[in-house]
Amino acid sequence: MYNKTVMDHFRNPRNVGVIEDANGIGEVGNPLCGDMMTIYLKVVDEHIADIKFQTFGCGSAIAVSSMLTEIAVGKSIAAAKKITNKDVATALDGLPKNKLHCSNLGADALHMAIQDYEDRKAGLIRAEPKCKDEHEHTHGDTCYCPYCDIELAENSTFCDACQSNLEEEH
Amino acid sequence: MKTINFDHISANPLLPEVKDAMIGAINRDYHNPSSQHRAGESAAEALEQARIAVAKLIKAAMPKEIVFTSGGTESINHAIKGVALANTEKGRHIVTSNIEHNAVIRSLRRLKSAGFKITSLPVDETGRVNPADVARAITDETILVSIMHSNNETGTIQPLAEIAQITREKKVILHTDAVDSVGVVPIDVTALGVDLLSFASNTFYGPTGVGGLYIRRGTRVFPLIDGGVQENNKRAGSENLIGIIGMGKAAELAERDLATRLAHVKTLKEKFLTELPDFIDEFIINTHVQHSLPNLVSISVKYIEGESVLLMLDDDGFAVSTRSACATGSLRASHVLLSLGLSHADAQGTLVISFGVDNSAADVTALLTSLKDVVTTLRQISPLYKKTAGAN
Repeated sequence: MYNKTVMDHFRNPRNVGVIEDANGIGEVGNPLCGDMMTIYLKVVDEHIADIKFQTFGCGSAIAVSSMLTEIAVGKSIAAAKKITNKDVATALDGLPKNKLHCSNLGADALHMAIQDYEDRKAGLIRAEPKCKDEHEHTHGDTCYCPYCDIELAENSTFCDACQSNLEEEH
Repeated sequence: MKTINFDHISANPLLPEVKDAMIGAINRDYHNPSSQHRAGESAAEALEQARIAVAKLIKAAMPKEIVFTSGGTESINHAIKGVALANTEKGRHIVTSNIEHNAVIRSLRRLKSAGFKITSLPVDETGRVNPADVARAITDETILVSIMHSNNETGTIQPLAEIAQITREKKVILHTDAVDSVGVVPIDVTALGVDLLSFASNTFYGPTGVGGLYIRRGTRVFPLIDGGVQENNKRAGSENLIGIIGMGKAAELAERDLATRLAHVKTLKEKFLTELPDFIDEFIINTHVQHSLPNLVSISVKYIEGESVLLMLDDDGFAVSTRSACATGSLRASHVLLSLGLSHADAQGTLVISFGVDNSAADVTALLTSLKDVVTTLRQISPLYKKTAGAN
């Protein structure tokens, strides 16, 4: 189901853990949607000196977190802000379609951690973790039928391709 | 590396005798059982031999009450839609439970959009339907009650005989999805009192793509597939003879060996459950202690997600199944586990381990050892584990 790169990052995840003196923390998802990801940043001179993650989720969620930390480490804050979920999926040589939808949250978590870093710098109170709804809207730009993987319009209740009624599971 | 199968609920290996029977059938070049010439007649004879073996396995009063189908899903669709279509004069109300297989849920959803009324009953925290709820749900309009015999995710067995007493009294047809029970636990359709019972051949080490529907004589049900007069006019289309011969052989062996198989898987299950706390902590057992399949255990391991566990165990050479949302392709956690009252996080960490004749006690120990490593690794990655540990 997963390609070699994804399996490698899943089985040997890089940068797992917590940074005790992190100056930026981002958290996305919740167990309701299956995946939850926390990113810890240590920013020095506007560069990501260290990055670690903790993830509750499926194989692709763990691989995404691991790959994200590899892409982001050493980058300037300005450059890190430009990393997208798509970049992470591409670096992993692709993810299954239904996983693109549900577990590709890495860049979202990174951006939240950067926001937290900037808020702290500005003396603001730390932002609350994003709730499920927010995550699904900011992230769910494309929906796929859970049965046949065909792209669907948002909020479709019926898949024309496989005649599935999606009212309760989409 | 050879994979040890602890996912018998998804697939069972064909027994050697079943393979031989099927290869023998292929080599005999059987004709169409419906043809009247001699070549057709010998095919019809082989078909009826299989029917007798299957009828014996579930103790049907007569072989004619068995209709061969393409498997459990077709049988369930046949039972539900067939009863609905045949009994509209009486009413359009059907009673079911919240923990049925998708074949039942989606058949009923289809009927709902055609104007049928569906009442779906809750289960208690052990996953069982209360027969009194069934009695209360039945109205003058009710034509069918469909409650599964055993659940494919938790293994919990329903109080079907008690439910049958109620449906008998109220003259409502009772169907049960017994796909995961037939060939695993003793099934006696007469003692159970059901009118319709769906089963699949692979559950008892026969080929996939073959199954059957028991239709008690006199039960009003229309065919799902219309066409010729095969299967006593109950299921059109030339029969899958090779598959059916395989199922017949598997049924014969299941009936002969049921007690031995039952004792074997029961020992493995008990070993797994007894030793599990020595290997991992913080888990929930979703399987009913008393009323459950002897070959299945469902556990929810806290703070980690099922698909990750499945993939890591797979790497270690063990096949298990999971009911996490990710692995099933839907974004929602299992309806069965949520019905038991599990939280979403706990439901996501659910593993279903199902034992078979090909497993040994040493296999169980190996699985537990590997599971311990996998759980430790994944908990180190999980943000939920740290948080809870910090809160304590």
